[in-house]
Amino acid sequence: MDDFLLRALLAGIGVALVAGPLGAFVVWRKMAYFGDTLAHAALLGVALGFLLGINTNLGVVVVCILLALLLVAMQQKQRLANDTLLGILSHSTLSLGLIALAFMETLRIDLMSYLFGDILAVSNIDLYWIIGCAVLSLTVLIIIWRPLLAITVHEELAYVEGVPVTWVKLALMLLIAIVIAVAMKVVGILLITSLLIIPAATARSFARNPEQMAIFAAVIGCIAVSSGLFASLEWDLPAGPAIVVSAAILFFSAPWWLKLKRVCTD
Amino acid sequence: MDNKVLIEAKAICLALDGKQILDHVDFRLHKGEIVTLIGPNGAGKSTLVRVILGLIKHDSGDVRLAPKLRIGYMPQRLTIDPVLPLTVRRFLTLAQRCSNTELIEALTEVGAEQLLDSAMQTLSGGESQRVLLARAILRKPDLLILDEPVQGVDITGQEELYRLISTIRKRHGCGILMISHDLHLVMSATDQVLCLNRHVCCSGHPDKVRIDPNYVALFGQTPVLMPYSHQHDHSHNAHGDIIAEHKGCQHG
Repeated sequence: MDDFLLRALLAGIGVALVAGPLGAFVVWRKMAYFGDTLAHAALLGVALGFLLGINTNLGVVVVCILLALLLVAMQQKQRLANDTLLGILSHSTLSLGLIALAFMETLRIDLMSYLFGDILAVSNIDLYWIIGCAVLSLTVLIIIWRPLLAITVHEELAYVEGVPVTWVKLALMLLIAIVIAVAMKVVGILLITSLLIIPAATARSFARNPEQMAIFAAVIGCIAVSSGLFASLEWDLPAGPAIVVSAAILFFSAPWWLKLKRVCTD
Repeated sequence: MDNKVLIEAKAICLALDGKQILDHVDFRLHKGEIVTLIGPNGAGKSTLVRVILGLIKHDSGDVRLAPKLRIGYMPQRLTIDPVLPLTVRRFLTLAQRCSNTELIEALTEVGAEQLLDSAMQTLSGGESQRVLLARAILRKPDLLILDEPVQGVDITGQEELYRLISTIRKRHGCGILMISHDLHLVMSATDQVLCLNRHVCCSGHPDKVRIDPNYVALFGQTPVLMPYSHQHDHSHNAHGDIIAEHKGCQHG
C-alpha cells in the first residue's frame, strides 16, 4: 500500500474511533447544531493560528472553546432560542474566518481543503497529532463516561447525586473542540458534524445499551472511512464527501441489516 | 424519632425576572419527619425545593443542611429520549455502582422488581416514578426529596405510592420532603403541611391546616374526610395536569 494511502487510512480511522463514541453524546444531548457551529468557527481558528504563528490545531481548539464559553454566556442572558443563537454564531464565525483568511494576502492556502478536507494529503506530523489527540480524547471520555451519562439522563438528579456538572460539561466541550480540530483534515469544516452524528445514529438500531452504541458507532465510522477512501481511489471521488456518503449509505441501509440479522437468527 | 434538624431554612427570598417567587419562607425538617409542600401552581413549591437542593441560588436568607446529609432526590418527571438505549438496571447504576442484590432489593421495596431489564422508555407513569424512587433509596439517604411523586399516576396508584413513601420513612428512618398537588390524599401520609403561596400561608399538622382560614381562602372549604378518601376540588386538563383555580389568597 502506498504511504499516503496508509497515512490517510490511519488518520481516518483515528478520527472515526473517537468521533463515534463522542458522537453518541452529541446525538443523545441533541448537540448536532452545536457541533456544526464549533466546526464553522474552526476556520477562524486556522486564521488565528497563521496570524499568531502558532499551530493551527491549537488555534482551532482555542477558538472552539472560546466560542463554547461565549455561547453559554449568551444562553444565560438572551431570550433567543438556542438554535437561533447557534445559527447566528455559526455563520458569523464562518464569515469572520473567511474574511480573516482573505486578509492574509501573502499566504497561499487551499480553502477547499479546509472546507471539505484533504485526507490524502495528511502528513506524518498530522498523523501524530491525530493519533495523539484520539488517544487523549478517548482516555478522557472513558474517565468521564459515567458522570457524563448521568448528566445526559437527568442533569439536576446528577447534580444532587454529587456529579460536578459544570466540569463534566466543560470537558465534553473540550473533547468536541479537539475532535473538530483533528477531523478538519479528514472531512473538512463543513462535513465534520456528519462524522459525529451519522455513525452514532446508525449504531442506535443495533445497540442495547449506551456502551454498545458508542462502540458500534466507532466501528461504523471506521467502515465508512475505509469504504469512502476506497471509493475515492477507485472512482476518483473527492475523499471527504465520499466518506460522508459511505456513512450515509450505512445509515440508510441499517434497517435492511437488521432484517437480515433477524432472518438469520430465526 | 430524635429531633435532629435536617433542613433549616430562614427567610428565603427569591425573585426571578422581577417577579417575587419566594418571600421570606421559613421552614424546618427533622429526622424521620414527613413534610409536604402544598400550594397552587406558581406558588414556588418546586423553586423552594430547588433552592434547598442547591440547584438555584436564593437572593437572601439562609439554608442550612445537616452536615454530611445524604439526599435522595426524585425529580418531577423523567423523560428519556428513545435514542438513548437505557435499561432500568443501567439507569439505577448511573449514580453509583451497586450489586445485583442491592438493585433487586431496592426495586422490590418499591414493587418494581420485574422491571429490572426493561427499557426506561417503555415504563408507564407509575412504573417510572417507582424506578426513580428506587434510585433515590439506593443512595441510602438521610433525606428524601420528592417533587410531585404521584404525578401522572392514577388514583389507586397514588394511594399506594403514598403508603409506600410512609413505609420507606419507617424502614429507613429518613426525613421526607415532598411536593403535592393533591390535598386530601396526602393529608393522611404527612406529619407537617406547609401551605405555600410565595410566602408560607400556614403550616402545621394536616388537621390544623385544613381548618386554617388562610388555607380555606386558598383552596376553599374542605369537608372533613376519612383518610384516603378523595374529592375533586380542581379540574384536570387533557394531560391530567391540575388546572389551578386560584381563589384569591388575601396575601398574594
